[in-house]
Amino acid sequence: MRRLKRNWQPLLASTLTAISAAWLPLTQPGAPVPIQGMTIALLLLAAALNVILTLEDRGHAIRAGVLFIGAHIPAGMLLSGLDGNEGQMSASFFLMITASWLLAWGTVSELAQIEPRSSAARSFLRLLIPAIFGVWILILWEAVTRGAGIPFILLPPPSAIGARIAGSIATLWADVQQTIFKAVLFGYVVGCASGFAVAILADRFAFLRRGLIPIGNMVSALPIIGVAPIMVMWFGFDWQSKAAVVIIMTFFPMLVNTVAGLATAGTMERDLMRSYASDYWQTLIKLRLPAAMPFIFNALKINSTLALIGAIVAEFFGTPIVGMGFRISTEIGRMNVDMVWAEIAVAALIGSVFYGVVALVERATTFWHPSNRGG
Amino acid sequence: MKPDSFTQRVVPVLTILILIVAVWYVAAYLMNAPFQRDLDRRGNVTSTAMEFISKTMAQPKPVLPAPHQVAQNLFENTFLRRVTSNRSLVYHAWVTLSSTVAGFTMGTLLGILIAVGIVHVKALDRSLMPWIIASQTIPILAIAPMVIVVLAAVNITGLLPKALISTYLSFFPVAVGMVKGLRSPELIQLDLMRTYNASAAQTFWKLRVPASIPFLFTSMKVAIAASLVGAIVGELPTGAVAGIGSKLLAGAYYSQTIDIWAALIAGSVLAALLVTIVGIVARIVDRSMGGRPA
Repeated sequence: MRRLKRNWQPLLASTLTAISAAWLPLTQPGAPVPIQGMTIALLLLAAALNVILTLEDRGHAIRAGVLFIGAHIPAGMLLSGLDGNEGQMSASFFLMITASWLLAWGTVSELAQIEPRSSAARSFLRLLIPAIFGVWILILWEAVTRGAGIPFILLPPPSAIGARIAGSIATLWADVQQTIFKAVLFGYVVGCASGFAVAILADRFAFLRRGLIPIGNMVSALPIIGVAPIMVMWFGFDWQSKAAVVIIMTFFPMLVNTVAGLATAGTMERDLMRSYASDYWQTLIKLRLPAAMPFIFNALKINSTLALIGAIVAEFFGTPIVGMGFRISTEIGRMNVDMVWAEIAVAALIGSVFYGVVALVERATTFWHPSNRGG
Repeated sequence: MKPDSFTQRVVPVLTILILIVAVWYVAAYLMNAPFQRDLDRRGNVTSTAMEFISKTMAQPKPVLPAPHQVAQNLFENTFLRRVTSNRSLVYHAWVTLSSTVAGFTMGTLLGILIAVGIVHVKALDRSLMPWIIASQTIPILAIAPMVIVVLAAVNITGLLPKALISTYLSFFPVAVGMVKGLRSPELIQLDLMRTYNASAAQTFWKLRVPASIPFLFTSMKVAIAASLVGAIVGELPTGAVAGIGSKLLAGAYYSQTIDIWAALIAGSVLAALLVTIVGIVARIVDRSMGGRPA
C-alpha cells in the first residue's frame, strides 16, 4: 500500500502510456506531417518508468532526477512534433502529455520530500520546485492550444507570445518608459512619502489620528480606481494624470499601515526611552520607526502592485499614443491578442521585479526582525 | 457605550469630514472660477462676488462639482427615478452588485479549495504557493478588458466575464488567509487530536475549520472590496452598457463630471455596505460558535 501510494504517479503514467500506445499514431488521419520519431519518445518514457520501478526504495534525490528526465525528454519530443500539425493531434497525443505531466508531478513530490542541510541547497530547491510548476503550465498551455487548434484570438500559444515579445522590443520598451518610469515610479514615491508624512503627523497629534484612521480604513476598501477619469480630465492625457491616480491609490495603505506600525513598540521599550530622557523625535527615530518597519514594508509591497494597476487602468481613459494601458486597449480592438499577451507578460515581469526589489530591501533593513531571522 | 467615546471617536471623525467638505468647496470655487470668469467676460456680465461664487457652484459641467451638486444628482438618480430606468443609479449599482457577488462567491470557494489543497498536499504547498503570490504581482486589472472582449468573441457575455475578473481578484486574499487559518491550530492541539485517535478528516472538521473561521472572515472583507473593484473595471470595455463602471466611462466621454462623482460615491456606498454586511455575518457566526467579545 505504501509502495502504491509513493508510486501512483509513475504507475498511472505508465498505464496512460500503454493506452496511448494502443491508439497510435499521435496525429489524426490526414495530418500534414505524420510523426515518425514519436515511437522513440514512447520507448524512452517506458524505459524511464522501468528504471524508477527498479530503483524503488532509493533516496528522494535519485528518484526525482530519474522522474525529471522521464518527464521532460518525452515532453520536449511531443512539443517538437507539434510543428505543422496544429489542431491535428489525436487523443493518443494528449494521453502522452498527461503521462509526462504526471511524471513531472512525481518529480515535484519527491523534491518536496528532500530536506537539505545546507542553506544554499535549500534555497535552490525553493526556486526549483515552483520553476518546474511554472514550466509545466507553459508546456500544457502550448500543447493544448496548438494540439487542439484553439483559435489564436481566444488564447495564443506561449511560443507565439514569446516570438512577439522578441519581435517588438522597441515598442514594449517605449511603453515601459512611459508607464513605469514616468507615471508609476513618480506616483509611487510621492504617494508613499506623503502617506508616511501624514502618518507621522497623525501620530504626533492624537486628534488627527482619531479622525483620520477610521476614514483611511474606509477609503482603503473603496474602488479608488474610479477617480481615474477625473484625474485624466484635470491633469491631461500625459503621464501626470496617471501619476496622480497612483498617488491617491498608494497614499491610504501607507497611512494606515504606518500608523498601525508606530503603535507596535511595547510599553517596556517606551519606558526605557523615557528613563533615558529622550524626547519625542528621538523615541520616534530610535525606537518606534524601526519597530514599525515590517508594517511600512508591508504597505510598500501592497503599493507596488496597486501602482502598476492604477497607472495601466488610468491609461484606458485617455493617453498619448504610447503606454502599456494604451497598447492593451488598442491592440485588443485590432484583435492582435499576442501583442496584448506580450504586454501582460512584461507587466507581470515588472510587477514581480518591483515586488522582489522591495522584498530584498526589506530583508536588508529588517534583518533583525523575528520573521526574517528564520530558524 | 462609554461616556467619553462620543468625544473620543465621533467628534474627530466629524471634524475631519467637515474639513474635507470645506476644502472641497474652496477647491470647487478655485477650479471652476477661471472658466466662469471667461464665460462672464464673453457674455459681458458683471456680477458681485457672492453672485460669482454661487455661479461657480452651479455650472452644468464643472471641473470640480460642488458637494451639493453631487448630492443633488445622487438623490435624483437614486430616489426620484424608477428603479428599472437606465438612468437610475440603483439600476447600475444592482448590475455591478450582481457580478460582484457572483465573482466573490466563486473566488471564495476557489480560495478555500486551494487553501485546503495547500495545507494537505506538500507538493502543492511547495509548487503552488509561490505562484499564487506571483499571480498578484501581475496587474490583473490590466487584463480585464481583454478577458471581456475575448470571451465576447466566443459568445460569452453578460454576467460571467465580469464575475471571472472578480473571482481572480478575490480568490487570493481568501487563499492566503485560509492557509494561515487552517495552520493556526497549535502543535499541542494537534497532539490532543492524535491522542483522541482522530482521523485526518476529523482533525480537519473539528479543529482546523473552526480555527480558520476568523481568518476566513477577515480575508473575505478584503476579498469583497477587491471583487467590487474587479466588477467596476470589468464594466469599462463593455461599451458602456450598464453598471457603475460604464457610468464612469460614459461620464468621462461626455465630460459629465457630476455624473462621474455621483457614480463614484454610489460605488463607495456599495463598498461600505458590502464590507459592513460581511462584518455583521462574521459577528453572528462568531457568536453562534461561542466566541466571547475580547
